[in-house]
Amino acid sequence: MDKVTIKIPRQLYEKIQLLVEDSGFSSPTEFITYVLRDLVGEQLKEKQVEKGAGDLTNEEIAAIKQRLRNLGYL
Amino acid sequence: MIRPHGGRLIDRHAKGEMREAMLAKANELPKIQVNERELADIEMIGCGAMSPLEGFMNRDDYLGVLNNMHLASGPVWTLPITLSVKPGDDRQYKIGDQIALVDQDTILAVMDVEDVYQVDHLEEAKKVYLTDDPAHPSVAFLQSLTDTYLGGPITVLNKVQHPDFNEFRLEPKETRVLFKAKGWNSIVAFQTRNPIHRAHEYLQKCALEQVDALLIHPLMGATKKGDIPGDVRMACYKALIDGYYAKERVAVSIFPAAMRYAGPREAIFHALVRKNYGCTHFIVGRDHAGVGTYYGTYDAQYIFDNFTREEIDITPMMFEHSFFCNACGNMASIKTCPHGKEEHVFLSGTKVREMLAAGQRPPQEFTRPEVADILMKFYQSEEA
Repeated sequence: MDKVTIKIPRQLYEKIQLLVEDSGFSSPTEFITYVLRDLVGEQLKEKQVEKGAGDLTNEEIAAIKQRLRNLGYL
Repeated sequence: MIRPHGGRLIDRHAKGEMREAMLAKANELPKIQVNERELADIEMIGCGAMSPLEGFMNRDDYLGVLNNMHLASGPVWTLPITLSVKPGDDRQYKIGDQIALVDQDTILAVMDVEDVYQVDHLEEAKKVYLTDDPAHPSVAFLQSLTDTYLGGPITVLNKVQHPDFNEFRLEPKETRVLFKAKGWNSIVAFQTRNPIHRAHEYLQKCALEQVDALLIHPLMGATKKGDIPGDVRMACYKALIDGYYAKERVAVSIFPAAMRYAGPREAIFHALVRKNYGCTHFIVGRDHAGVGTYYGTYDAQYIFDNFTREEIDITPMMFEHSFFCNACGNMASIKTCPHGKEEHVFLSGTKVREMLAAGQRPPQEFTRPEVADILMKFYQSEEA
């Protein structure tokens, strides 16, 4: 698999090394990849949920809110 | 916000110059006069209420729905959404054609024909409605159709116009904005085609205890003869909400679908499309979308067991038969009341109609007096 290098503060790296010991992860890299993959998956899911609102522009949302106000819903 | 069914809220309305150009072209296209059910389906497809559908079903989707209750692309779907060639129309439609779908003189939509196929209405009736009895309203409806269906995406050029209740007609994108603006994260939808009596009020309020808000979503598309007219029902809902509901937790909006009376399959459909409106929960009571004795009392609840939670996504809230118990002194169900039937306030539909027609209010344990008064007026009118 194609890989890139990402720099993180050494202090953080050392803390991760401590976490990784006896954790089942073979290295800080494996641990960080696991955590990031999980986080990115969640973020993408949330982004899709937001898109589920109908991909409306701000103008469209404002127009809908105005109609809802006119009708007494808001 | 909950994801629409299939992941994306469909919008099939043409806008601006594209609409103008399509309208001009549509005048020259072969025209199909749509029936009342197709009219409602065009409205539902256009605004995304039937997401992920973008048009009328092709053969693969139709067969997938009949045989497996899934679209060919994967999502659960339980009712055929189809367009039939009309009796007496002897044009030879073919794949690649464009046709205009019209209501009287109004061009509603253009459809790109992607499939032309023959169907067996008897098979459709047995699989979807679980009967071939012509006394079932949808079996009778199928018998009125030709056996040639056309499938393909539609583009709506003119929205369906309604003479009434336009102030209550919210599209899915509008209910979604409403829910977000109100800060409601969990919303339970209640499907109805009847006035709300105490038993259904109880279900709604039990459900509301668990979520942020309630959407009362009365079906106002085609119903059968004998159902109470929309204006009477709307007056009942207003009286009920004014008197007995926390207004900051409830909204009423019209559900424009045509009623199929497909019982269990329609319960799934009703739940799935409420996701598109942004609802997270859906109430399934006894004999949901039933008619006559074609379905078991709780079949519309059992059918959910055929699907995974992920497939359905919206949370069904199942309720038992509920009633006022004189011994308990409150509304209850067989899950919560230990007393016998003699303590339960029960009135058959026939009995209630007789009482109302005679100007007699049913007991307030059965229906709120304000609702009873509106219904009495209706049943004593010539309209009834």
